[in-house]
Amino acid sequence: MSYLKPLFRHPKLPKNKLGYTQKEYEGSLSTLCAGCGHDSISAAIVQACFEMSVEPHKVAKISGIGCSSKTPTYFLGNSHGFNSVHGRMPSVATGASMANKDMVYFGVSGDGDSASIGMGQFVHVIRRNLNMVYIVMNNGCYGLTKGQDSATADQGSRSKAGSVNPFQAIDLASLAIELGATFVAQSFSGDKQQLVPLIKAAMHHKGFAFLNVISPCVTFNNNPGSTKSYDYVREHIEATSTLDFVPEMPEIKTNYEKGKSTRVAMHDGTLIQLNKLATDWNPEDRVSVANALQHARTKNEILTGLLYVNTEWKDLHGTLSTCSTPLNKLKETDLCPGTEVLKEINAGYR
Amino acid sequence: MKPTNTKDPEYYHKVVDCQYACPAHTPVPEYIRLIAAERFTEAYMVNWESNVFPGVLGRTCDRPCEPACRRVRVEEEPVAICRLKRVAADNKGDVKQHMPQGPFPSNGKRIALIGGGPASLTVARDLAPLGYEIHLFDEQIAGGGMMRSQIPSFRLPEEVLNEEVNFILDLGIHTQFMTYVKSLKEVLEGGYDAVFVGTGAPKGRDLPKLPGRKEGDKNIHIGIEWLAGVAFEHTKSIAQKVIVLGGGNTAMDCCRTSRRLGGKEVKVVVRSPFDEMKASPWEKEDALHEDINIIDNHVPLSFEVKDGKLIGMKFQKVKPVYDENGKRQLLPTEEDDVFIEADEVLIAIGQENSFPWIERNIGLEFDQWGMPVVDEVTFQSTNAKVFFGGDAAFGPKNVITAVAQGHQAAVSIHLFCEGLNVYERPSPYTNLISQKMGIHEWSYDSSVAIDQRYIVPQAKKSQTLKDRKKEVELGFDIATAYKETQRCLNCDVQTVFTEDRCIECDACMDVCPTSCITFTVNAEESELRQNLLVPAENLTQDLLVSKELKTGRVMVKDEDVCLHCGLCAERCPTSAWDMQKFLYSTTKANQMITPLPLIQK
Repeated sequence: MSYLKPLFRHPKLPKNKLGYTQKEYEGSLSTLCAGCGHDSISAAIVQACFEMSVEPHKVAKISGIGCSSKTPTYFLGNSHGFNSVHGRMPSVATGASMANKDMVYFGVSGDGDSASIGMGQFVHVIRRNLNMVYIVMNNGCYGLTKGQDSATADQGSRSKAGSVNPFQAIDLASLAIELGATFVAQSFSGDKQQLVPLIKAAMHHKGFAFLNVISPCVTFNNNPGSTKSYDYVREHIEATSTLDFVPEMPEIKTNYEKGKSTRVAMHDGTLIQLNKLATDWNPEDRVSVANALQHARTKNEILTGLLYVNTEWKDLHGTLSTCSTPLNKLKETDLCPGTEVLKEINAGYR
Repeated sequence: MKPTNTKDPEYYHKVVDCQYACPAHTPVPEYIRLIAAERFTEAYMVNWESNVFPGVLGRTCDRPCEPACRRVRVEEEPVAICRLKRVAADNKGDVKQHMPQGPFPSNGKRIALIGGGPASLTVARDLAPLGYEIHLFDEQIAGGGMMRSQIPSFRLPEEVLNEEVNFILDLGIHTQFMTYVKSLKEVLEGGYDAVFVGTGAPKGRDLPKLPGRKEGDKNIHIGIEWLAGVAFEHTKSIAQKVIVLGGGNTAMDCCRTSRRLGGKEVKVVVRSPFDEMKASPWEKEDALHEDINIIDNHVPLSFEVKDGKLIGMKFQKVKPVYDENGKRQLLPTEEDDVFIEADEVLIAIGQENSFPWIERNIGLEFDQWGMPVVDEVTFQSTNAKVFFGGDAAFGPKNVITAVAQGHQAAVSIHLFCEGLNVYERPSPYTNLISQKMGIHEWSYDSSVAIDQRYIVPQAKKSQTLKDRKKEVELGFDIATAYKETQRCLNCDVQTVFTEDRCIECDACMDVCPTSCITFTVNAEESELRQNLLVPAENLTQDLLVSKELKTGRVMVKDEDVCLHCGLCAERCPTSAWDMQKFLYSTTKANQMITPLPLIQK
């Protein structure tokens, strides 16, 4: 088995604005099972960061425990990383973001890490609208402990061993919308054409960006009867829209037929170009999104693409009115301005 | 694009760049792996089966394989294929026991081979085990042809040549050395079932019209004749100041031999610019290392003779000018002509064919340039009984080409003698076999070494210049050879794709270090090449295109910079990718058992 990736790359590999090739955004060779959907998501993150010319040292990857939470080793090898406690990734991300608001935060989690042990943290990080990209690599099972059903496994889904899941599934996207997440999207690891622009848009969203990505567990949950297998997902996928992330120039390229098109402006002036495929759905209207998700569920469809975006809500730093300088850059002189200033402040209260 | 037909043996063959570029199609990666395993005897036999003279070629080959090596497309230097071949030859055990063992039951057919060089010897080796009675005629004292007369001993020791020539002669070849064939008609009347002409290109070009040529004749020599004179020890010394005219490998051999026979100031004077000289770069390097002055862009004007004795040569200075098609012209500069002092001059400006001994009325046609009309596939002349090969067939090339042509001529001769159609040639021997040994284990070293090419050590100049027979290159020691073998990318271990198993998880596309694999919508080739992760702009390399997959896309793999690291197959959950070793052996009259049986150490 290979543990190292050969160092040679294609000599004509394209370079981004920083002069880096995709190689600078790669991580170590994956030790996940061959064919794991998570690896495709890692590759999508690499591609998104490369194409956006993100400086690798300005990204932090934070994860909990699980197959999904191992993946930060396999992408962005030149970025910061923190592999934290099971289900506690949001706390660590919150702390990191408080200390340094200038970084891009990737929270990587799985269905177990977010929908079971970390559910409490998950809902509260949404409530606080922390500025981060929160990716759930959702395979509907506990792959690391041999494939037991997880909380996102659909009712009636059959496991590899043949047992049928009797419990209702937690729909993380619906839950996030219900809780007021400001950017919610759903995608599939096998569809990079959709996933890469979603990750780019999520990175540009100022606030909590939630991506629920169905990622088949090729070892334990890719059998007939499973609702998270490659075949099932491909058959039941229904996209809300095709999406192009437009960093600067309003030039639109799409491989699909054009439907009704909407543009959403992000805080930093970038645009999301949406070519709608679903009817009765408006990405800026929570009620229509909740309805679209419910309709899809009744039809056994998996609604993918950008579901909801709200660019008006303040992120956590905005709500707390933190200073513009990241806290970790404040010097002692800034924090302890001296007795004269203290006297003035005290005088203000008299 | 249509799905690639990988059943065509040429598809995978082309992926093995070195083997494909080799005229004899020696399975290079196969023997490099054997060298890595220190199985030198087997490595030698893999070579011998294909190129007949591994020891000779491991020292003197023109190495068409090396510029083709895939490694030059991802880094600078190719694998030192040629010098690894020498390692197999230097360290081999008893190889003779693995060669065909005579005496062979006679098939009642007699063949005459005219000329004892690499082409003829190859024909002899291929046909003798089939029971042919083979008569070999050569004017020299021993077999080997130009390998003996033109390649100096400091590049190719006589023992090495003798050993490999004798492997063939010992198959029961009837040799008639010191016999110059004066008439092909006479040979044909000798009742042979077929005649093979492998007489090479024995005539060195001269400069008969240059002023002073006749007057200075005593000190002016034709390069290949002079080299033969040295090889057969008729010539034992040369004057101190020598000019060698020409820029090919013969010129390099002439100047380096001159240094060993007493030449102190040896100058090579060549018309073309240094970089465009015909000599192999490593030959030029070795010449420079032996203090030889290479003067380029000088066209000879005259031999200067004083008092009946050669005193030097006059040259015109030129500069290369290229037209828009890149065609070169040498135009005189305005500078004065140059006089270069010399006591002796060696003319090494090329060689040509010469067939004064072939009658023109025996049904054997010649073209306007005095070359026999020879079929490019069958090597048969217009006289059905006469076959050509080596330099005699299509003009001067090199040893490995002569061997390759010898194999094909032998196939034709065999078909002809059996009364079969010489154009209905048997297919090459091929074998494709999985290298999987476990879930993620391969039987070959799949890791990719980043080592740079290792340098072959040389003997000290102070020693080699004293003794004409002292070999300059020492060859790799086994430890260095091992490191060099690890640079080989194992291009013969093919990435074989089975559509029915693919679940389109993209794992192979994600992991491929050189971005070779793309899953995309099918299109015409020119468009498809642009739609890949990295556009496939090297048109000499094929695309491997699958049948349509479940989602309507196809898998496209650009063979160009695939490292054959096996990661696509390791990361494939369904074994849709597999690493399979492809062995290809060109059609031969006597196809030896391939792959060779495992020889116990």
